[in-house]
Amino acid sequence: MIDINALDPLVRLAWLVGAVAFVLGLIRMNSPATARNGNLVSAGGMAVAIVATAVYLLLRPNDSTGNNLLIGWLIIVVGIAIGGGLGLYSARTVKMTAMPQLVSLFNAMGGGAAALIAIDGYLRISAAPGLQENVATVLDIVIGSITFTGSLIASGKLMGRIPGKPIQVPGGQLVTAALAIVVVVGAIFLWLGNYSLVLMFLILAASLTFGVTMTLPIGGADMPVVISLLNSFTGTAVAMAGFVLENPVLIIAGALVGASGAILTKLMADAMNRSVINIMIGGFGGGDSVAGAVGAEGASVRELGVDDAAIQLAYAQHVIVVPGYGLAVAQAQHAVRELAELLEERGVDVKYAIHPVAGRMPGHMNVLLAEANVPYPQLKEMDDINPEFERADVALVVGANDVTNPAARRTGTPVSGMPILDVDRAKSIVVIKRSMGKGYAGIDNELYTNPKTGMLFADAKEGLASLVAAVKAL
Amino acid sequence: MSPTEISAFLANFTVFTLAILCGFAVISKVPATLHTPLMSGANSIHGIVLVGSMFIAVNATDPLSQLLSLVAVAFATMNVVGGYVVTDRMLQMFKRKPVAAPKADKTEA
Repeated sequence: MIDINALDPLVRLAWLVGAVAFVLGLIRMNSPATARNGNLVSAGGMAVAIVATAVYLLLRPNDSTGNNLLIGWLIIVVGIAIGGGLGLYSARTVKMTAMPQLVSLFNAMGGGAAALIAIDGYLRISAAPGLQENVATVLDIVIGSITFTGSLIASGKLMGRIPGKPIQVPGGQLVTAALAIVVVVGAIFLWLGNYSLVLMFLILAASLTFGVTMTLPIGGADMPVVISLLNSFTGTAVAMAGFVLENPVLIIAGALVGASGAILTKLMADAMNRSVINIMIGGFGGGDSVAGAVGAEGASVRELGVDDAAIQLAYAQHVIVVPGYGLAVAQAQHAVRELAELLEERGVDVKYAIHPVAGRMPGHMNVLLAEANVPYPQLKEMDDINPEFERADVALVVGANDVTNPAARRTGTPVSGMPILDVDRAKSIVVIKRSMGKGYAGIDNELYTNPKTGMLFADAKEGLASLVAAVKAL
Repeated sequence: MSPTEISAFLANFTVFTLAILCGFAVISKVPATLHTPLMSGANSIHGIVLVGSMFIAVNATDPLSQLLSLVAVAFATMNVVGGYVVTDRMLQMFKRKPVAAPKADKTEA
């Protein structure tokens, strides 16, 4: 597709620069100190690759008529203006709490673009292409379409436009399975050397629908894993587009992202003690394994007033704050920082215990707390903070549930084996929570019935605000 | 497939395979704290699909192709621009060191 001429080596060199920058950028994102620079390196490489491509296409000898090139350029300029404007606007205005859904939206865009490249390629031919192009084209269409609709649904769920609860599609698993069969059988038929535009559109439609039916039944709490998986899919789709266009930089960048997304997905799923397969099947809420949990049903819960909680906190020496999903949803990161500062003024040592999957994505809680100006050294990762709980006078749990459930240490419960924060080892525990509602795992949290625990029933933000007022009043 | 085609495919496939291994090696070292920015950063990288979209745009001769490539270019650009900007915003927050903070966060132990 790409014709060889004098400019060819130069643009290929620029693509190499881009590919190297992507790898170096990812390496620099290993440490908080160099991460921002790493992102800039990556962006720089992207700019080099794109500008070089633009110059190459502009200067390239016109193989057909001049008109085509002009229209092509118009398309590029208008497309970049629209996409760039929307991307810039949304990225600069989004609230940090809403950032996962925006990432998912951008992911959908990438997958859609990759699929369109293959669709366009298929429309231009009238017979089955060579095997490499054939396989890559079909895979690109399938993966790109799944990731397009799947990411849109995931984004919609996190935005609240689509209910976050698992939605059962009528005939659920059957429909999904039927769609998968259509896609697989259709793909194999095309790979055997047949050309059929109708079948291509059928595969496209089945893949688009599959993306919807695959994502809809998955609960909102699992969305990070799904987004990460779809991110990996998009990378793979882009690599396939690279095979279709025989473009090395698409292959390299796509494969890099495909691999990174896969690793990240596994890490996220591991931290929740779930397998990726389990999540994708969406059968967690089924609840038959709950029977194995030793019931804390009868045990009573001690409710705590705001003033009592404030006194506990204000006269403690060591306080560990355990922020969770509820804090992220209530956008209470500023309120928690205010409370922590107030306590520090009184000489209390305050630390934050960050579970790997606290918030909506790994690292999301760090981002939220950093936004609220919480000093970075106060954020402790699970393995570092767990030994410190024993010395903590108060553990303040804000909107975290399953990640604090001591039941995870026993076998036979839905959360068994999940790494947890050892909150129950603190001398006393204050839990801010809206109700006794269950966490994602659908089981009771034994922490709440622990005699050391006091429950402060409130929305995370309001609860923290009232604690701030109460501590000030002391 | 002719031997030449197979060789050409293998050249691409070699690059593909090594890039996957490279991705595994680089990513597995990132601490959990940076996973969200990393996901977002990786998300911007696949915006490279813009390069491919530009190729199909200049080759588009019929209205349907032109429409498809316009959408592809717009989608891909949104992925690139939005992805890098939002990642930078996330990472900006990690950058802050006690010394660099212009408005000091009161007293710290």
